[in-house]
Amino acid sequence: MAAAAESATVPIVRPKESTATKTLRVLGKAPLQLLLVLIALLWLVPTIGIFLTSLIAPEDYTNGGWWQIFSKPSVATWENYDAIFSNETITKSLWTTALIAIGGTVLPIIVAALAGYAFAWLEFPGRDWLFIAVIALLVVPLQMALIPIFKVYDTLHLYDTIAGLILFHTAFGLPFAIFLLRNFFIGIPKDILESARIDGASEIRIFVRLILPLGLPAIAALAIFQFLWTWNDLLVALVFARDVQPITVAIFSQLRQFGANIELIAPATFISLAIPLCVFFAFQRYFVQGLLAGSVK
Amino acid sequence: MSGASITAEPPPRAAPEAKEPGRWRKYALAAGFLAPAAVFLTVWVIYPTIYTIVQSFYAGSGFGDFAGFDNYRTLFTTDIFQTAIKNNFIWVAVVPALVTAIGLVFAVLIERISWSVAFKTAVFMPMAISAFAAGITWRIMYEQDPDQGAVNAGIRSVKDTFTPAGVLSSASPSTDELSGSPTTGYTLADSVEPGEVASLGLTRIPPDEVPEGAEQAVKPEPLQGGIDGVVWRDFKPGGGKAGEVEQDELGLPGVTVELKDASGMKVASTTTEANGTFSFEDLEDGDYRVGIGAATFAKPFGGVSWLGERLITPSIIIAYIWIWAGFAMVVIAAGLAAMPRDVLEAARTDGATEWQVFRRVTIPLLAPVLAVVFITMLINVLKVFDIVISIAPGSVQDDASVLAVSMWRTSFGGTNNFGLGSAVAVFIFVLVIPILLLNVRRFRREI
Repeated sequence: MAAAAESATVPIVRPKESTATKTLRVLGKAPLQLLLVLIALLWLVPTIGIFLTSLIAPEDYTNGGWWQIFSKPSVATWENYDAIFSNETITKSLWTTALIAIGGTVLPIIVAALAGYAFAWLEFPGRDWLFIAVIALLVVPLQMALIPIFKVYDTLHLYDTIAGLILFHTAFGLPFAIFLLRNFFIGIPKDILESARIDGASEIRIFVRLILPLGLPAIAALAIFQFLWTWNDLLVALVFARDVQPITVAIFSQLRQFGANIELIAPATFISLAIPLCVFFAFQRYFVQGLLAGSVK
Repeated sequence: MSGASITAEPPPRAAPEAKEPGRWRKYALAAGFLAPAAVFLTVWVIYPTIYTIVQSFYAGSGFGDFAGFDNYRTLFTTDIFQTAIKNNFIWVAVVPALVTAIGLVFAVLIERISWSVAFKTAVFMPMAISAFAAGITWRIMYEQDPDQGAVNAGIRSVKDTFTPAGVLSSASPSTDELSGSPTTGYTLADSVEPGEVASLGLTRIPPDEVPEGAEQAVKPEPLQGGIDGVVWRDFKPGGGKAGEVEQDELGLPGVTVELKDASGMKVASTTTEANGTFSFEDLEDGDYRVGIGAATFAKPFGGVSWLGERLITPSIIIAYIWIWAGFAMVVIAAGLAAMPRDVLEAARTDGATEWQVFRRVTIPLLAPVLAVVFITMLINVLKVFDIVISIAPGSVQDDASVLAVSMWRTSFGGTNNFGLGSAVAVFIFVLVIPILLLNVRRFRREI
């Protein structure tokens, strides 16, 4: 706050600047630049920290923190990762996580795109009220569903299955997905749709050939959200699965002996966060767009 | 209401070929498009919500044992739940406001730098990471031992720059002649005159804390017109006499000895030699006091217990802010970018300072965006779970507990008390209902 006030005395736009005032302006910004560099570095430290921790063999870890790598690069080793990748529980759980995340991304998008299209472009009684109902469901905490669905899954043999987890993620991803896609679809120019209808295209055809391709930016944003959400889930898997463990649950079961299992916990955690990070960096633009569409709208 | 209805619904196909489908045909088509979503929302969200509300009025599992408001009474009167409610209240009171404020500051500041994209990426990145992985990451950061935990190591390195640890952090006097405390330093009880020898014996110094290069202690000869003396480790394996310099007792080099006059004013200070001796020369006649300053006994930084029961909630909140500040920043920055520049320019032309522009124009114009960020954070905070159970070690899990954690514990943590667990879930739900109504009102106006 203090920095904001301090730098606020420097005018941003000025029609003409002499070299002297320009130099002054740049120099005046130096403390702000320095502060922001410091903050950015501070924000990166934890992620760097867990990566370096994952490289240190347990016997070296007891000698000091992860920053010992900077003074003694020889302590870095891939051994922990070798151990992780030959650990069947971990590799299996990574595979499970991927299946849940893919299923939990594709299914809700299909279901939500259909509903979003209906809410945006089909006419039926009570449309607005139903959409408001969807908006109301947006904030229902999933804690409200854990106990009854636990019982339902028990009866239907969906407990401890990948399918059960995917279905749950789909249901709780739907309100946001429908909301986002409906708002995007409604922005598609009406003329395009009308002319397709006049040409005799069926609604299904319009949906597949027109809406889906035109809605791709929103669908991409949604896909990234859903993927991150399902990949990163802990609670749902903790409740509805025992042996079918995604990576978060597999790590969670090791937390009791945090210090003793650090050589397993650190690399497994890093792998579990590296994949969402890659997705994030690859599709950052869509991610931010989706975020803005979902919250500012 | 069971899974039977999942398969009972026909998949949405049936595309009408007619160019002008009748009214009912149109509705049937819409129903087809909506059916899958309707099934999912009914079976997995709406039906469970009703079930959980009803279950919260029954004891145990199922609807055999009606309990009225007993579960809610337990919820508000049991220690463990009260802690959870209190903690959740702290979360609600602190986090949404703080995240919004930090996001606003960042968003405003990065408008003034050329590398704002890089800054945004760095701060926004934790959003992609699971709260669970972030929790583990921060648990490593928070380890108490400054040799292991980065947070404490950072604090220690800053602290040591300004107040370094003393040479002898655990020493204490060997006789009553030296009085004082580690925080004030130790001074000889009797005053000393020039020509006398001061003996400052210290003990309780572990062998590994004896300064390097220490030699056999020597009691120096009296000094004409000055005061000299020795600081030594008054300890001899197998006994020895307290207050006397003996064979095999080491001098303490590098200790700062202070000389004060009768009124307590410091007149000189010096550092001891390898054999522990020191001297103050050319002194005027009079009474002096000889002592060792507090800096010598300053304790090294032992580390803040971030994961202890007192600090655990603030520690988790810091980690949570690390995750969400980027979200607030990006949304607010987008709001800033969309702001009408001419309004700001007009204010500046009218002679408003940047602070006035920020306070009187920017913030009011941004209010809707700030509200969205605040409300989003409010919902998130009411449901916070993963990060709490991943950062808090087992011993302090009860101290760190929040509603979502206690709901999970009660329902699935072994006791399987579904009635009580449902009551906790309903309580969370009741807390988000105002937000639900707010959303609905906002969109009813929009549609």
